[in-house]
Amino acid sequence: MTSSHPADAPGRVRRRKTSQLGDKIFFNAARGAGILLLVIMAAIAGFLAYRSALALSKNQGNFLTTFEWAPDAPKPVFGIAVLAFGTIVSAVIAMVIAVPVAIGIALFISHYAPRKIAQPFAYLVDLLAAVPSIVYGLWGALFLVPHLDGLTSWMDQYLGWTYVFDQTRAGTTPRTLFTVGILLAIMVLPIITAVTREVFRQVPRMHEEAALALGATRWEMIRTSVLPFGRPGIISASMLGLGRALGETIAVAVVLSSNSVLSLHLLDPGGGTFAQNIALKFNEAGSFGRDALMASGLVLFVITLLVNGAARMIVARRKEYSGANA
Amino acid sequence: MAKRIDVSGLSAYYGTTKAIEDISMTVEPRSVTAFIGPSGCGKSTFLRTLNRMHEVIPGARVEGKVMLDDDNLYGANVDPVAVRRTVGMVFQRPNPFPTMSIYDNVAAGLKLAGVKKKSVLDDVVEKSLKGANLWKEVHTRLNKPGAGLSGGQQQRLCIARAIAVEPQVLLMDEPCSALDPISTLAVEDLIGELKSQFTIVIVTHNMQQAARVSDRTAFFNLAGVGQPGKLVELDDTQRIFSNPSVQATEDYISGRFG
Amino acid sequence: MSAVTTTAASLPQLRRNLTTARLPKWSQAAVAAGSVALGCGIGAGFGLASHLQWGLIAAALFVIVSYALSARVEGRRQAKDRLATSVVWVAFVAAVVPLAALTFYTVQQGIAVVDANFLTHSMKGVLSAGPGGGIYHALIGTLQQVALATLIAAPLGLLTAVYLVEYGRGRLARTVTFFVDVMTGIPSIVAGLFVLSVWILGLGFSYSGFAGSLALAILMMPVVVRSTEEMLKLVPNELREASYALGVPRWKTILRIVIPTAIGGITTGVMLAVARITGETAPVLMLVFGADIINNNPFQDPQQSLPMYIWQQYAQVNNDFGYARAWGAALVLIAFVMGLNLIARGIARWRSPKTGH
Repeated sequence: MTSSHPADAPGRVRRRKTSQLGDKIFFNAARGAGILLLVIMAAIAGFLAYRSALALSKNQGNFLTTFEWAPDAPKPVFGIAVLAFGTIVSAVIAMVIAVPVAIGIALFISHYAPRKIAQPFAYLVDLLAAVPSIVYGLWGALFLVPHLDGLTSWMDQYLGWTYVFDQTRAGTTPRTLFTVGILLAIMVLPIITAVTREVFRQVPRMHEEAALALGATRWEMIRTSVLPFGRPGIISASMLGLGRALGETIAVAVVLSSNSVLSLHLLDPGGGTFAQNIALKFNEAGSFGRDALMASGLVLFVITLLVNGAARMIVARRKEYSGANA
Repeated sequence: MAKRIDVSGLSAYYGTTKAIEDISMTVEPRSVTAFIGPSGCGKSTFLRTLNRMHEVIPGARVEGKVMLDDDNLYGANVDPVAVRRTVGMVFQRPNPFPTMSIYDNVAAGLKLAGVKKKSVLDDVVEKSLKGANLWKEVHTRLNKPGAGLSGGQQQRLCIARAIAVEPQVLLMDEPCSALDPISTLAVEDLIGELKSQFTIVIVTHNMQQAARVSDRTAFFNLAGVGQPGKLVELDDTQRIFSNPSVQATEDYISGRFG
Repeated sequence: MSAVTTTAASLPQLRRNLTTARLPKWSQAAVAAGSVALGCGIGAGFGLASHLQWGLIAAALFVIVSYALSARVEGRRQAKDRLATSVVWVAFVAAVVPLAALTFYTVQQGIAVVDANFLTHSMKGVLSAGPGGGIYHALIGTLQQVALATLIAAPLGLLTAVYLVEYGRGRLARTVTFFVDVMTGIPSIVAGLFVLSVWILGLGFSYSGFAGSLALAILMMPVVVRSTEEMLKLVPNELREASYALGVPRWKTILRIVIPTAIGGITTGVMLAVARITGETAPVLMLVFGADIINNNPFQDPQQSLPMYIWQQYAQVNNDFGYARAWGAALVLIAFVMGLNLIARGIARWRSPKTGH
């Protein structure tokens, strides 16, 4: 194009000018999109903070320690104690179940399964990461909850002495934080598995062979080569999953039978989570009630921000680490 | 503790591809045997069949017999893991465990075997590092990561790691190809010392190296384009390099191909 | 050389025998079958209500028996290896069971409901306590909302990715990269709250499909950026340099050479992102408001969407007719999302450079 007529000097100059202009426009558009993204992030934080401030200034209770959520009452009282407890407990249950299982599945795909099974199974797990959460919720409420009945009464029977697994209201449907935790575990399993599996696959063959040549069994090889290499990846994958579990809304809203009681009996129905509370209370909330919900949303936003930021930080540090060793 | 290796009728496959065909040879104890030959002739594959590392590659399999004194490595009820403990291996690129210290790298094999006593471990680590001519260079920083050493030091660390579990045989797959000349010399010297205790088999691309370090040399070649690799001849190193009995060997050694 | 002396050879751990007692290959399968049989036996015998309990008993039996057997016959190290293997297999089964149950149950429940009538009718005039009705209005709403969100998010995401890969150096680019990652993790309900506070409460617009699209676009943008970035990075630098060497300006190089080279992967990424936001419920719930009638205008008045329809049929109708409609909609939604995924992966495979020998 431009190189075709070297003698046509004025034409070339003109063309260079248009091309410079084109470059400028394109560069600014691209950079503008990047900046817009930052603006959106800032705006999310800003607007939620502004609305939260409106709500907090009139709150008659303590935002951090109050159990009730009654912002539209004549004397507005609301606090996040129950929500924070429920969010954290259900997410922790989900992680305790999902992380070991996900590591197991990832190892199955990368090191144990016959190749004919491994590939389609990995593909299937990826597909399941795409199942919408409302479907998980519907399934959780109509299939999982009835099927967990036996398990929870069993746990009450044998583990009731732990207090945590004591069912004080035996016979109630298990729409509990524990059930929510199990459902969340199933939901985040594909995500954690996908990331972990990729890390395991990247373990250099020569490290694995080093262990095998020393006379390590397969498990010893995994312990000396694969797991240490994959540890940062496992951590960041778990935190991604944790972020999902903390912010999951609709599946929790469908399954949990919520109330504003903070109970350590995890097998009793009740409690709530940030996201679930917003989805549930939003429709009936007045304008002040909405501001209060925004305040709880801001807390959730900050928590997930911290979790995700930490996950990214770990990944970034790992990049430097492996670069130095390459 | 060194043992004789007796291979008969050995073929190795990757999936349906035959990589080496019908190899028979004897490797003498307490000596260095070098494998030479053009690229892709299967000498590394053959080396890996000697401690059953070949089969860790998916789809790979072996036919034939490898006798280690009186035991067939491919016999029924033979545990490949036990074989690898008996026949140690050093790889082309130094591969110390990146997350472990120098000390832990050397002790790794023993720890796997269940040796826990600190005094025993200390003892073996020191002996192995001395055996690999590395003790003087690293004894002040045993707790530093092994990946921080130079390439030549890392390779000697890998040798120390391999001899720490007292194998009978030591296999080396082009151990110097990633090293500079000075480190190469250090590793070659070490090989000369180690042969008093181990049966050593070394694959090398470098014919001068084979001439320098080995007592016996085996020449491998492809049977033809797309054909599996074969053993052409095995003889005393001096003989191979001065007066080989097969024309192809002489052609290869004098640089006419390969 | 101070030789590796033979003192260590006395270490009993290093005494070795090449031949060891080994369990036959079928032993694991036999133990597995036995455990399942015993688990079911115990479950049925003690009248345990939930099949979950049966499965847990069987899994525990399998792991323990195979460990004990191996420890007795093969020794401690082999037993540990077997333990790891059986735990990994149990993890595999533990993952397959709920996921298979989910798929199977959804299809089973949904297939009974989905028919031509269901797909082509709205809920106008349908009694929530009765049968009938359909998801046409929800389908229209979801398609419009997702299309609008894609129209907003895909170009912005693409441009941002171009900025990061082609121009991105220095502080701004690093900051954007970091926040793209962080933004991927924003809970969908927070995106909904944000649009609510700005668009509806702040600027005074009404609930509409478009309000939902805005929130979906926020969720979609970082996903598009991330996947496009990966694809652009795969375009070899030689192509760019060859183009510059011909005197082609940078922006034309990007538009004519770089993006077309990566377009397959970019399309895949966008489609996966579309699949993801199609199933989002929470933001739609608070912004689209929901309607029983067909509303073809996403910019005005409440609309319906598939995920929200499921939610309403389950939580607000809350009877068997509602559940049935919810399952029907869930099957359609899952089929749509899976279809997008399969097509996207098909494109990725078809466009990817051929590998293998």
